[in-house]
Amino acid sequence: MQLLIQRIFDGFSDGAVYASVAVALVLIFKATTLINFAQGEMAMFGAFFAYIFAVQSGWLEFLGNTYLIIWTAAIIAMVLSALLGATIERTLTRPFDPEDHLPVVLITLGLFLGINAIAGIIWNYQARVMPSMFPNSSKDKITVFGARLFYDTIGTILTLGVVLYILFLILNKTKMGLAFRAVSANVESARLVGVQTGRVLSFGWALASAFGALGAVIVAPRITLQPGMMGAIVIYAFASAAVGGLDSVGGAALGGVIIGLTKSLGNGYLGNWHFGFEEPPLNFLPATPLLIPVVLMLVVLWYRPSGLYGTKRIERV
Amino acid sequence: MTKEILSVQNVKASYGAIEALHGIDLVVNEGEIVVVLGANGAGKTTTLRAICNMLSTSGTVMLDGEDISKTDTASIVAKGVAHVPQGRGTFAALTVRENMEVGAYTRNDDEVEADIDMWFEKYPVLGERQKQAAGSLSGGEQQMLAVARAAMSRPRLMLLDEPSLGLAPLIIEDLFRTFAQINKEQGTSMLVVEQNANLALEIADRGYLIETGLITGSGTADELRNDPAVQAAYLGA
Repeated sequence: MQLLIQRIFDGFSDGAVYASVAVALVLIFKATTLINFAQGEMAMFGAFFAYIFAVQSGWLEFLGNTYLIIWTAAIIAMVLSALLGATIERTLTRPFDPEDHLPVVLITLGLFLGINAIAGIIWNYQARVMPSMFPNSSKDKITVFGARLFYDTIGTILTLGVVLYILFLILNKTKMGLAFRAVSANVESARLVGVQTGRVLSFGWALASAFGALGAVIVAPRITLQPGMMGAIVIYAFASAAVGGLDSVGGAALGGVIIGLTKSLGNGYLGNWHFGFEEPPLNFLPATPLLIPVVLMLVVLWYRPSGLYGTKRIERV
Repeated sequence: MTKEILSVQNVKASYGAIEALHGIDLVVNEGEIVVVLGANGAGKTTTLRAICNMLSTSGTVMLDGEDISKTDTASIVAKGVAHVPQGRGTFAALTVRENMEVGAYTRNDDEVEADIDMWFEKYPVLGERQKQAAGSLSGGEQQMLAVARAAMSRPRLMLLDEPSLGLAPLIIEDLFRTFAQINKEQGTSMLVVEQNANLALEIADRGYLIETGLITGSGTADELRNDPAVQAAYLGA
């Protein structure tokens, strides 16, 4: 029982991070119907921005309090990432025909490699310690039915919950948000009601990049900061977005939690299952439970191709 | 002296290597309803798309004496042109009300809500379904929504691309009555592209005939209605 609760907490903790990157993927998908393969690497870059401001440069030391410093750095990183995202949209994707997906998808794949390499050149590939936005020593926790619930987990979930809510308000209560959803529903009609679609696309990329960067800043202290840090996370984020629905922000967030829980529970209960052998019969078998989220994704997509909350493409004419 | 709100001069347009318009000239005067009649593939839709600069063209398009042939589509809309595309072009994933709100995207006044309510009174069906996704409406309701949404920008010129397409006769009549009403009450000029010549000529002041990318005839609505060639081609006489 205690172990079950523990694994659920862990699942939420990881899931919140998958959710943030999944939401970023969904935002760009909604705007452009493209999968941005570079989302994880852009988020990693954002985490380095935060690192520069919080640690490397010492620019924020005048703030005194370590948490104040990392929170300020995180916000600056989100803003810089937003600018970077908008710039990438404007310069690397907009010149191409939006109807033809292949060139732009290849560009995002190229960005995936390029951004990773640039980060390697600037910061090299050694792992760095990133300060956490929440108290994260081994005693910063409360105990629930014997299971440890770390402040880090609570903080992660609360922060992403609040940011998700702000995102919901932006999309549903502002004129720019309405324009964004209009472009997402029908680009040509959006232009015909006077929406400057280019600006909306930049806005979508900016919002997505900021969101992804926050996820990376939150996860970096757990897995150390390095150019390859988002590799596994972005795969699970893809799975989350696919499970929740590629065009549903709320679905992607929920998908993140589902994937986080499946991974944590699957790994916890099946991770040491050796198929009756004393030792794992093959080296890869202990890693098999990590595939469970992917299997879950396949099952969901089999029964609901547009994900749990994705729009089914039915239109009456 | 009538004032030209729209003047299309020698406009040519091509899709890739194929030229679809070979030099179109037409004029819409302030407050007029002008209809363009033509068969499938004659270039009706292309003409409207060319006016809004949605494809590459040569020639001149003047709106209120200002050359808009190099202006981007969204800015043309902001100048007071509303285009109801063929196939309605409603935002299926947005609610009916959101469709109306986004129709007023170019406006910055505080009468948007009042205008929406006015339309929902006029079309109670839309009002009742304002929280429903627009994609769940029937074809006729979507066309009403598309027209109301276009009117939300308070345009001076409306471009209507085959509004009758795929609709039941009664609904079409209702729709054309609405056009006449908008035209009369708000002074909105209209350029209607149609195959359904009967109804279109009934509300129109003037009309043009278009065939394979060329204007082949024009006249007042009465003249066109009594033209034997038009009768044979479009009125089923």
